[in-house]
Amino acid sequence: MLDRIVRTRRAGEGNGHLAIEAGLVTDATQLAAGRPTAWQAVQTARNIARPHAVEIIGRVFDRFQELHGDRAFRDDPAIVGGIAELAGRPVMIVAQQKGASTEENIQRNFGMPYPEGYRKGMRLYRLAEKFHLPLVTLVDTPGAYPGPEAEERGQAEAIASSIQLMTRLATPIVVVVLGEGGSGGALALGVGDVVLALENATYSVISPEGCAAILWRSASEAERAAAAMKLAGPDLLETGVVDALIREPAGGAHTDHDATAAAIKTALIAQVERLARVPIADLLSLRYERFRAFGTIVEPSGGQAPAPPRPWWRRILSSAIRNPTAGGES
Amino acid sequence: MRLRNPFGRKPKEFPSHLWTQCPSCGEMLFNKQLERNHNVCQKCGHHFKLDAAGRVELLADARSFTETDADIVSSDPLGFVDSKPYPERIAAAQAKTGHKDAVLTGDATISAIPIVLAVMDFEFMGGSMGSVVGEKLTRAAERAFAERKPLVIVSASGGARMQEGTIALMQLAKTVAALARLDEARIPFISVLTDPTTGGVLASFASLGDIVLAEPGALIGFSGARVTSETIGEKLPKGFQRAEFLVEHGFVDQVVPRTQLKERIAFFLNAFRIAGQDLRWSL
Repeated sequence: MLDRIVRTRRAGEGNGHLAIEAGLVTDATQLAAGRPTAWQAVQTARNIARPHAVEIIGRVFDRFQELHGDRAFRDDPAIVGGIAELAGRPVMIVAQQKGASTEENIQRNFGMPYPEGYRKGMRLYRLAEKFHLPLVTLVDTPGAYPGPEAEERGQAEAIASSIQLMTRLATPIVVVVLGEGGSGGALALGVGDVVLALENATYSVISPEGCAAILWRSASEAERAAAAMKLAGPDLLETGVVDALIREPAGGAHTDHDATAAAIKTALIAQVERLARVPIADLLSLRYERFRAFGTIVEPSGGQAPAPPRPWWRRILSSAIRNPTAGGES
Repeated sequence: MRLRNPFGRKPKEFPSHLWTQCPSCGEMLFNKQLERNHNVCQKCGHHFKLDAAGRVELLADARSFTETDADIVSSDPLGFVDSKPYPERIAAAQAKTGHKDAVLTGDATISAIPIVLAVMDFEFMGGSMGSVVGEKLTRAAERAFAERKPLVIVSASGGARMQEGTIALMQLAKTVAALARLDEARIPFISVLTDPTTGGVLASFASLGDIVLAEPGALIGFSGARVTSETIGEKLPKGFQRAEFLVEHGFVDQVVPRTQLKERIAFFLNAFRIAGQDLRWSL
């Protein structure tokens, strides 16, 4: 029996003609010098001075017109969406917005969307599909809001539906993780044909504090949890969760917002340009394959199902056919 | 010396391997009888957890279940160590449950209707979804798609498996992408939520059934009640995140007692099957 370890993705692989352009970091070894620890990345990604979505949108896109509301309940300020031009091409933008100050953070709920935020996002995804607008999403959230109102309004259902809608949305999708990619609440904006991240962004299944509280029974072990979960940029490249990293200015994105936005703009223009040339059917099957491939499993049988046991009458029948004299009469 | 309350009832002595006390009504239940009743208290109808094998026995017609992809096991993509290395945790869970991971998938019939059945086992690392659970569920959905058979998934899970990091998170997208294909092909998917179904499992395939059923009193929610009560700094109302709460708020179609679950699933599958056949003839 041959043990077969299937499908550990490497960045860039499996995306076929969606291979990433130069100018982006696609190989973690390029970052080897001065690679920050996981905990440093967590701190940088959470830095309140880091450029947030609205600021990035203002610097990267032209003539942004915001669209509000989910048409069912209310407008969620933690998710900002609308139509703008990217180097002259109209695109749909859906982004998670944290605050740059305490007041703004209270207004934006610290970037933690409610279900209606995700439903606003879904409305805009469908609008993008309907009018053939490429979709750009900007991910930056500690996670979906975990409060009781969010539970009452179906946080889990909203996230599940949003993820599913993105897996089959018939328009090109480019995802950029700006800061924190907090679990399912991030993935609800995170399914795309190309997933990029800023160099110091993080993406994790649970917050380091949450992980530490459950596995180490103490939130103060968050630093260890962060390292164990491999949530920093270079790790994400290695696992293929992101296809490429966008370089930040030395010292981090918070030191120079203009330079950060310029790097994002260059990357977005190239990716949207490239994806727009791919037929939609190809795009959808490549997107399916991209997410289908995640998983590290060992399968001793190599995917061959063992032959089902034959029913007793088949066994007797086949032995009777092979050996007619011994079969029926004895 | 401990003081005894002279008016209190004397605690009765029961050997724990033979008897289980119902946490809801306090009745002492004989384990064998409880098992025969699919882990439902005969007196008050309290639903105890049911393991994957018991679940298959409850739902699938006798001897109709053929397990598929039984030998897939997880590798340790991150080299994850908390108080124990991840491979040791898997080995312990395998020894405890007799299964390779937290879900059983296979072909079965329910009241003679051929289906693809997946049942999760909470005993295996809290039913958490890592690469193996994601892969087996995705294959189950792909097989249902290829063979045009309805898919039934019974969830019991705390969410995504932290020990596999972001790879575990990506299983949310992987499973729902496969379900999207079923949806487009108009093949029924029935999702059954049992105690507990939370986190990344509820925030992916479990919420997306054409029909979503839940067992009475099952804990169903996006975030753990502890996280929620810490977030708002107050105690949560009684019945919060229980199956009945989700029906009230419109996210579950019905609460179905375990003893009626099989016949209820068969009812919906029959209804959908006929519709599907009509459609095929008209094309």
